[in-house]
Amino acid sequence: MATQHSRSAARIMLAPAVILLLGWMLVPLIMTLFFSFKKYLPLRGGDLGWVGFENYVRFVTSSSFWPSVLTTLVIVGGVLVITVVLGVLLAILLNQPMWGQGVVRILVIAPFFVMPTVSALVWKNMFMDPVNGLFAHLWKFFGATPVEWLTQVPMSSIIVIVSWQWLPFATLILLTAIQSLDGEQLEASEMDGAPPLARFAFIVLPHLGRAITVVVLIQTIFLLSIFAEIFVTTQGAFGTKTLTYLIYQRVLESQNVGLGSAGGVYAIILANIVAIFLMRMVGKNLDA
Amino acid sequence: MARSVTQRRKIINTAAAWAIGLLIFFPILWTILTSFKTEAQAIADPPIFLGFDWTLENYGVVMERSNYMRFLWNSVIIAGGSTLLGTIIAVPAAWSMAFVPSKRTKDILLWMLSTKMLPAVGVLYPIYLIFIKMGLLDTKIALVVVLMLINLPIIVWMLYTYFKEIPGEILEAARMDGASLREEVLYVLTPMAIPGIASTILLNVILAWNEAFWTLNLTAAKAARLTAFIASYSSPEGLFYAKLSAASTMAIAPILILGWFSQKQLVSGLTFGAVK
Repeated sequence: MATQHSRSAARIMLAPAVILLLGWMLVPLIMTLFFSFKKYLPLRGGDLGWVGFENYVRFVTSSSFWPSVLTTLVIVGGVLVITVVLGVLLAILLNQPMWGQGVVRILVIAPFFVMPTVSALVWKNMFMDPVNGLFAHLWKFFGATPVEWLTQVPMSSIIVIVSWQWLPFATLILLTAIQSLDGEQLEASEMDGAPPLARFAFIVLPHLGRAITVVVLIQTIFLLSIFAEIFVTTQGAFGTKTLTYLIYQRVLESQNVGLGSAGGVYAIILANIVAIFLMRMVGKNLDA
Repeated sequence: MARSVTQRRKIINTAAAWAIGLLIFFPILWTILTSFKTEAQAIADPPIFLGFDWTLENYGVVMERSNYMRFLWNSVIIAGGSTLLGTIIAVPAAWSMAFVPSKRTKDILLWMLSTKMLPAVGVLYPIYLIFIKMGLLDTKIALVVVLMLINLPIIVWMLYTYFKEIPGEILEAARMDGASLREEVLYVLTPMAIPGIASTILLNVILAWNEAFWTLNLTAAKAARLTAFIASYSSPEGLFYAKLSAASTMAIAPILILGWFSQKQLVSGLTFGAVK
C-alpha cells in the first residue's frame, strides 16, 4: 500500500536515530571490552599490555566483590518489597472515593520529581543527622538515644531514602492499572458476599499482576545503577558499596581502568538478564 | 442507611489518604519551610514548625555565594538542549515507524529500548576518555549529547505510541486529496501530534534535569549543573541547614511544577506503553 517512494523516505527518516543509538551502544561497549583485557593504569604507566582474563578473575576474587553484590541485592530487594507492597496499598486507597483526590495524588507523586542528589542531601542532613536531624529530635522527645542513621544502620537508611524516591513511581503505575479494573466484577463479588480480603486476593491482585511485573523490572534496572544516593550519603563506606559504586571507584578513583572495565562488563551482563524479561513483556504488548 | 455508610467510608478514606499524602510530602514541605528560617531557628530544639521569623535571607546568600543563576542556566540549557535535539531526531524516526511500518519495526523499537538498559557505569571510562580526547570534558555540549542519547529511546518510544493513535484514514484522505508528503506532515499530522510531542518534551526535560550519574562524573566547575551544585553542599561547615534548604528548594521548584502538569503522561512514558 505504501509506495516505494514513501518507503525509502521512511528509511531515511529513521536513519539518524538508528545510527546515533548504534554508535552510542557499540563504540563505548567495544572500548570497555578492549580495556577489560588490558592492564591499563592511566596515571601509573598507561597501557601495560594484554593480560587476557586476568582482570575478570581479579575483579571477582577481590575481597570487595561479593560484599558489593550482596549490598546491591539487599538494596534492590529491599526497595522493591517496600515500594511494591506500599504502592499496591496506596493505589487501592487512592482509588477509593474521597475529597481532594487530585491534591493527594500530587502530594504522593512529588518525591519522584526531586533530583536524587537533593533528596539524599535533605535526608542525610535534615532528617538523619544524629545531632540536629528531625529524627534525633523525635527520638529525644521520647527519651531515646538518637541513632546515627548512616553509620549504625546505613543500609536501612539508604533503603528508606531510595524507597521514598521510588514509591511514587510504583503507586502511580499501580493506580493507573487499578483504574482500568472492571468495577462491575468487583460489585458482583461484593453482592455475592465475598469478604474484602478475598476480593483483593482473587480479583484486584491478579489484575495488577502485569503492572507489578513492569514496576519490578523497570525499578530493578534503575536501582541496579543507583549512584547519587550513595555518593552523597556514605561514599560507599559502612558496607554500602554497591557493584556500581565499586566499579566507579576502580575506574575514576583508583584509575585502574582494566579492572574497572571488567567489572563494567559484569554489570552489563547483570542488567541484560533483567532487561530480557522486560523486553519480552513490552514486546508482547506491541503485538496487541 | 447505605448512604450514610458510604459517606462515613468516604470520610475515613479522605482522612487516611491525606495523612499518608502529607507524610510522603513532608520532607519536601520541611525543606521549603526551613529555607525561610534563620540558621539558628533551622536547628532549634524542639523544631519550629511555622512560628518562626520568615526570612528571604538564605536565598540571597545562596544566590550570591554560589552563583545560583549560572547553575540554573546550565541546567536549563542542558535539559532543554538535549530534549530539543532528541525530539528533532526522534520525530521523523517515530513518524516513519508509526506510518510506514515494516517487518523490522518491532525489532528496531525493542532494540532502541535495550540501549537504555546499558548500565552507565559499564561505559563510564570510554565516554570519559572520548570527551577528554575531544576536549569536551566539563562542557555543556558533552552533557547535552550524552543526555540526548540516554533519553532518545524514550522520546522515540513515546512519540511512536502517540503517532500510532492517529487514525491512518485521515492520512489516506489527505493523500487522496492530493496532499504531498510535506503537506501531509505539516498540515495534517503536526496539529494532531502536538499534544503528544508536548508531553514527550515535558517528561524528558524532567528526566534530563534530574539525571545525576553523568552530571556528577562529566562536569567539574564550568558546566556544573544544579545537581552538582547541590552535591557541593554535602561537606558542611557550621550552620547550613537553612541555606541547604534554600538551594534545594530552588533546585527542585522548577521541575516540581513541570512534573505536576505532566503526571498524566508519566505512566505510559515511563513504562514504554506497557501500562496504560
